[in-house]
Amino acid sequence: MSKLSGAEILIECWKKEGVEVIFGYPGAATVDIHHHLETSGLRFILCRHEQAAVHAAEGYARSTGRPGVVLVTSGPGATNTITGLAGANMDSVPVLVFSGQVARMLIGNDAFQEVDIVGVSRPVTKHNYLVLSTEELATTVKEAFYVATSGRPGSVLVDLPKDVISGTSQFSYPKKVELRAYRPHLTPHPRQVAKAVSLLKEAERPVIYAGGGVISSGASEELIKLAELLEIPVTTTLMGLGGFPGSHRLFLGMLGMHGLYRANMAIQNADLILAVGARFDDRVTGALNLFAKGATFVHIDVDTTSIHKILDVDVPLVADARQALSAILGALGEAPSYNNVNRPQWLSRIDAWNQEAPLSYEKDSPDGAIAPQAVVEALYRHTGGRAVIVTEVGQHQMWAAQYYLYDRPRQFISSGGLGVMGFGLPAAIGALVARPESMVIDIAGDGSILMNIQELATIAQEGLPVKVAILNNGSLGMVRQWQELFYGGRYAATILKNPDFVTLAKAFGIEGYMAQTYDQMDTVIEKALASPGPVIMDFKVKAKELVFPMVPAGKAIDEMLLTSTTPKHKE
Amino acid sequence: MEPKSDSPRRHTLALQVDNRPGVLARVTTLISGRGFNIDSLSVAETMDPEISVITLIITGSPKIIAQIIKQLRKLINIIKVTDLSEMDYVERQLIMVRVKAEDPALRSEIMRLCEIFRAKIIDVSHKTFTLEITGGNDKISAALSLLTPFGIEEQVSTGLTAMTRSAQRQRALT
Repeated sequence: MSKLSGAEILIECWKKEGVEVIFGYPGAATVDIHHHLETSGLRFILCRHEQAAVHAAEGYARSTGRPGVVLVTSGPGATNTITGLAGANMDSVPVLVFSGQVARMLIGNDAFQEVDIVGVSRPVTKHNYLVLSTEELATTVKEAFYVATSGRPGSVLVDLPKDVISGTSQFSYPKKVELRAYRPHLTPHPRQVAKAVSLLKEAERPVIYAGGGVISSGASEELIKLAELLEIPVTTTLMGLGGFPGSHRLFLGMLGMHGLYRANMAIQNADLILAVGARFDDRVTGALNLFAKGATFVHIDVDTTSIHKILDVDVPLVADARQALSAILGALGEAPSYNNVNRPQWLSRIDAWNQEAPLSYEKDSPDGAIAPQAVVEALYRHTGGRAVIVTEVGQHQMWAAQYYLYDRPRQFISSGGLGVMGFGLPAAIGALVARPESMVIDIAGDGSILMNIQELATIAQEGLPVKVAILNNGSLGMVRQWQELFYGGRYAATILKNPDFVTLAKAFGIEGYMAQTYDQMDTVIEKALASPGPVIMDFKVKAKELVFPMVPAGKAIDEMLLTSTTPKHKE
Repeated sequence: MEPKSDSPRRHTLALQVDNRPGVLARVTTLISGRGFNIDSLSVAETMDPEISVITLIITGSPKIIAQIIKQLRKLINIIKVTDLSEMDYVERQLIMVRVKAEDPALRSEIMRLCEIFRAKIIDVSHKTFTLEITGGNDKISAALSLLTPFGIEEQVSTGLTAMTRSAQRQRALT
């Protein structure tokens, strides 16, 4: 068999892994790879910043479950990927970054565009590799894909010295990976399943608290079955949105700091909480010592380190969420007998909480400005609830989570754990490349959108019909909200003088529309959705609107602010 | 889980790891990134050249140590983590000490101490002895406190390394 160059081997490996698209930015250290990539039949999306390339790969991975692949050059090309690597890893998204590196003999010499990216990326990746010979390239790539996609998925970086890429070797792709030290635990322990089942049968006031693990393990169907079988209401985290249908009668909405009143109240008054693929993040629990004090906890997670990390749970179940829920359903059978006497009462109590404090906002204002929540509702209406919604980070993200109902997994794509502003626009690129038939809308803020605005060039060049809805309040709204509520209204460093987004769109060759009244809002959305190309919608919204409910930092999640003037305290 | 005391305790962890570049860095990054200090560390190859053992001593509350152990197990190159403090085990450390020894009377006194502690004199000059002492933590600190009055000029030490006792080992294997 003839020998292949490292660059050719890398491309063959990608093909074997079923990779179809690579996001990235070229440089001196990777020019060999690009030379061969050009004729390989694989698609390369040239982003305009390496950070954006990783977010695009995340968008691709988050909307399909398949790994997102990035190729960048050494030095600054590699360091620009750190935010994306960290965000993907925190949100358990399979992303692989292949970075160029200076030739092996130059490593450690402060060579041009040299950086120890393996050292730099170590704490923000699931694992990383420095490939030291062309011979070991194929095995390393195989292992990297396996690690990124198995167990609790995450980000992996593979660093490729230039001479490893230009060197040659025989190519054979390993069939399987054997790692002595890494064997994800996917099957639930029958004894723990039995314990969980008996608790579920006995519970009077159960709630399911579902996270991103439901989506990444593909457990939505099982979750719906379980909830319907035992009449258990379901709340999800930000990452879990879409994992349970947003329009389902048993859905309570998101919980936590900006969760719905009924969701937080249900958690606080529950006697059993079944946590599925969620990790008790501080934005979810609020004051930990006051979180769901009367509840027994069953915790399903594929990551052992998530168990007992924040909260000591009663029944830990280390397993893939889908397998665990299947096992529970199997043990329950078709028509299980359970403690259903008080269930109608529990569900009507939750209903009453919703009557007491439904999700609401003032639609009208004296100056006729649009309420930002109304834009999200209008987008929901005009898209029939079927769009893939991508967000940046801030107030608009919370409104997108609250006012758009997601009926399908992977329909809501957002940076949760790391909270990366500038995530949405490039992630929308990835989502649209992965699913060209879908309608993809980036709901953005006027602060976040400027963090990766250069990606409008990528969108224009690739002809991707991404729709961007900017909820423009002329400020960094979420920080300004804290300043308004807790810092005496001193708006330090949060007021923005923005560019004219319509003109900006035109400069990139993209359609742009502005709306400042409700009539204009509907017309702009109609025009944007009817257009075959990308569109920027600039909605001038009420500048002082705040996200409610809100649990102030350090408070219990039933101590919610419902409006800025009337704090709502627990019963 | 049985209730345990929350007070910090010294733990000896034995980590079986892939003998590859960067593995030690992963371990220390993980621990230092969470704000913990490693009290002692030693690394060496085992009988199987593909496997190394890292022995590290760390002080923390049971909850924190349990979390660190889980995080360590999550690292891709870590094969096995054992908290030896939960078992019957032996630990040893090697220390080299240069003590002042000019007065002939003191020289014989130091040599007598060497016999008691089974220490070796590995370097001699007119003014000093250099001793090599091996032992567990208690023996080493006892030896050091007896040598201090003579005047310690210099002192270096390896990290502790440790192993379960054989009976325990067999029990663990069955």
